[in-house]
Amino acid sequence: MSTTTDMKPADTQKKKSGGFTGAAANYVDERTSISTAVKELGRKIFPDHWSFLLGEVALYSFVIILLSGTFLTFFFQASMVEVHYDGSYVPLKGVAMSVAMASSLDLSFDIRGGLLMRQVHHWAALLFVASIGLHMLRIFFTGAFRKPRELNWVIGFVLFILAMAEGFTGYSLPDDLLSGNGLRIIDGMVKGIPVVGTWISFLLFGGEFPGVDIVGRLYSLHILILPAIIVALIAMHLLFVVVHKHTQYPGAGRTNNNVVGYPVLPVYAAKAGGFFFIVFGVVMLMASFFTINPIWNYGPYDPSPVSAGTQPDWYIGFADGALRLIPPGLEWVGLGGTWSFNILIPLVGLGLFIGVVLLYPFLEAWVTGDKREHHILDRPRNAPTRTAIGAAGVTFYAGLWAAASSDIIATHFKVTMEGVIHTLQAVVILGPIIAYFITKRVCLALMKKDREIVLHGYESGRIVRLPGGEYIEVHQPVDEYERWKLVSYADYKPLELTPNARGKISPVQRVRAGLSRWFFEDRIAPVGTQEIEKSHGDHH
Amino acid sequence: MASDETSGKDLTATDSAGVDHGSAAAGIAVVSRDAVANPGFPPHRPRITDLDPRAEKRAERTVYTLFYLSIVGSIFAIAAYMIFPIVPEDPGSVRLNNMFIGIGLALALLALGIGAVHWGKALMHDEEGVDERHPVRGTDETRARAVEIFQEANTESGFGRRTMIRNSLIGALVVFPLPAVVLFRGLAPQDQDPVALLKQTMWEKGTRLALDPSGVPIKASDVTLGSSFAVIPEGLMDLGHGLLEEKAKAVVILVRMKPEDLIETPERASWSYDGIVAYSKICTHVGCPVGLYEQQTHHLLCPCHQSQFDVADSAKVIFGPAKRALPQLPIAVDADGYLIAQSDFLEPVGPSFWERQ
Repeated sequence: MSTTTDMKPADTQKKKSGGFTGAAANYVDERTSISTAVKELGRKIFPDHWSFLLGEVALYSFVIILLSGTFLTFFFQASMVEVHYDGSYVPLKGVAMSVAMASSLDLSFDIRGGLLMRQVHHWAALLFVASIGLHMLRIFFTGAFRKPRELNWVIGFVLFILAMAEGFTGYSLPDDLLSGNGLRIIDGMVKGIPVVGTWISFLLFGGEFPGVDIVGRLYSLHILILPAIIVALIAMHLLFVVVHKHTQYPGAGRTNNNVVGYPVLPVYAAKAGGFFFIVFGVVMLMASFFTINPIWNYGPYDPSPVSAGTQPDWYIGFADGALRLIPPGLEWVGLGGTWSFNILIPLVGLGLFIGVVLLYPFLEAWVTGDKREHHILDRPRNAPTRTAIGAAGVTFYAGLWAAASSDIIATHFKVTMEGVIHTLQAVVILGPIIAYFITKRVCLALMKKDREIVLHGYESGRIVRLPGGEYIEVHQPVDEYERWKLVSYADYKPLELTPNARGKISPVQRVRAGLSRWFFEDRIAPVGTQEIEKSHGDHH
Repeated sequence: MASDETSGKDLTATDSAGVDHGSAAAGIAVVSRDAVANPGFPPHRPRITDLDPRAEKRAERTVYTLFYLSIVGSIFAIAAYMIFPIVPEDPGSVRLNNMFIGIGLALALLALGIGAVHWGKALMHDEEGVDERHPVRGTDETRARAVEIFQEANTESGFGRRTMIRNSLIGALVVFPLPAVVLFRGLAPQDQDPVALLKQTMWEKGTRLALDPSGVPIKASDVTLGSSFAVIPEGLMDLGHGLLEEKAKAVVILVRMKPEDLIETPERASWSYDGIVAYSKICTHVGCPVGLYEQQTHHLLCPCHQSQFDVADSAKVIFGPAKRALPQLPIAVDADGYLIAQSDFLEPVGPSFWERQ
């Protein structure tokens, strides 16, 4: 009975709105309650800033990867059965290779638009990892990972790792010389793991390296389980963005309790939707004009030949560089086996590095003792210690990454290989420390500059000669909206040591207080109203 | 369970107390009474398209022109697919096909994207909106109800009370995935021992050294001074099954230098022949082929991680991450003048592994 009564208003509504759209909307809503979603999300506000587009680029490249990758699966055959190539590419005719390699060549040379899709896929993959990396840097340097977004940082971090895993598994699929050597290196690293390494390698490759199984196995990972996890995590990532509402940069009228920007419908839909096509278009342009991964030049995998200047895709570079930078002689026999410290130290070192990246939001929260929600982003200068830590991390990563090109640096700049390696060893160890101090000082200097601008105005560029012959540059006061951006950051003081209920101070608390002091010791307080008034007094 | 409940309540209590303090409980943030006040939103500045109807018209034209251009791009891509076919054995045709389909698609996508963004920026309503934020945590009532639901579920199921049931359930859940783990043993053959396999290669006493990849045996007299090349065991290329696996272990780099340049230990003095030495080509670091030989210095360089080996001095490591020298293959010459192996390598080749020694 109730349904019929419900139907009546809906029917009259339909007649009122009229037309096919109204009828269709009614049909869908009566079955999905989609109007609730539209009501909740349709006018949801998203703030605008160019740096917020980095995450969008990552999302869109993933969509492009899914589309182009699906096309590729229709032609690629993940088999390592040996065949003699008989396709269109003359130099490799008759050469023995795996079906995987042959089908990759057929896809490139015998399917119209096939090479284009392969290159779209590869370029988009490179862009995917790059944009995630830049997105993470933006999140880090603006403090967007703070409460309540710590868990979303973790999800994003896992996505970054999965993106690299997708990249590596995909890179290995064509079974060409370059990717085969990459797998050889993985095999060598796995064998270096104490106790279980030999067996892990044996299981991974289905027997001795290279075997005939690995491409098929990587294919399952590459097109099935990894994408499924990535899709699920992206969904969670975006769900959290909706739950938390997007962060915003400081600005007049913006507070920790509001979010200012454009509504999803229509502005954000137009801009974000349009941006998807722009990203896709740029990737398409790159795929049309720039060759990527020309496997036909490398030839099929063979354990004997190798070309000089071999390099992995860019995002694996830091790991490859770590392997190159390790000093000689770090292998030791004892305690029942061979300890390959020349492999273990890079593995553990990189593990620690990414571990710190993963846990950073929790570490900072513990050190600062800050339990509030933060929706206004920090300008990087206003968190000097964090920014300096970030710069140190970037330097460490960059040093390792550069090391992956040590031979190319040596040949291009005509310097010795040994010199490049020793320099980069120094960069990786000392560089972060130097970067830390420089960045921190630069941040403090910028904060001082902000203070000066608030108190004495900005340099107008207008030079005035005074009657006495003195030249001065006229300073113009900033308007109150601009000023707000410069003064609206929080000032912190380090945690104080407070005895617990039994009147004791635990060692953990001491460490925490020490770290907190280190985090907040150098700081420049935001300008207050009294200071501003006083400075006005000085002027007149 | 009781303790759980109280701690749950305690948590709620402290948390809500913290929230009640509001901005006063700013943690360690210094709350300044002197702080500058938020001036509120700056006045809205209209765009040129809001003020000038001609600019608005122009923007409108731009947007629809871009959308039409996008259609042109799509049609161009379809036409390019037909006009620039791939001609078998002509790589140039592949390039044209790739480029023109790509240009069409790129035009279609970029024009569509730029048009939509321009529409959004220049023509759509550009007053910013404001949403209020609320704390992410659920309200106190919601949280209290959630705790209550768990308590009800606990009481109704006896999850906390019937500890035997609970613990055995946890046990079963922990154990049930184990068979799946065991199934993965099937990833590698059951009847092979990786350690034994890694410790032997195809080389044996009397195996002729052959050129890689042709498989033609090498006469000692054909090896010129200063030359270096990759060598495989004769018969390797005839292996139908397991060729790459054998090659990945057996491949050797052969170098001939002046006999007086060779620094040989007494026990290895008989392993070379007239300045010809043979070393495993697989790097002892992580297994890349050691490809680059520098004739003047007798140095071998691994192109992957730049380990360098001195061929004149037992292929010892002189730079880079590798620790061990390249294993040497003892060679000799047979009655017909062909280079042969005296035996297999006397140590495992390639990257280190746990059971190596």
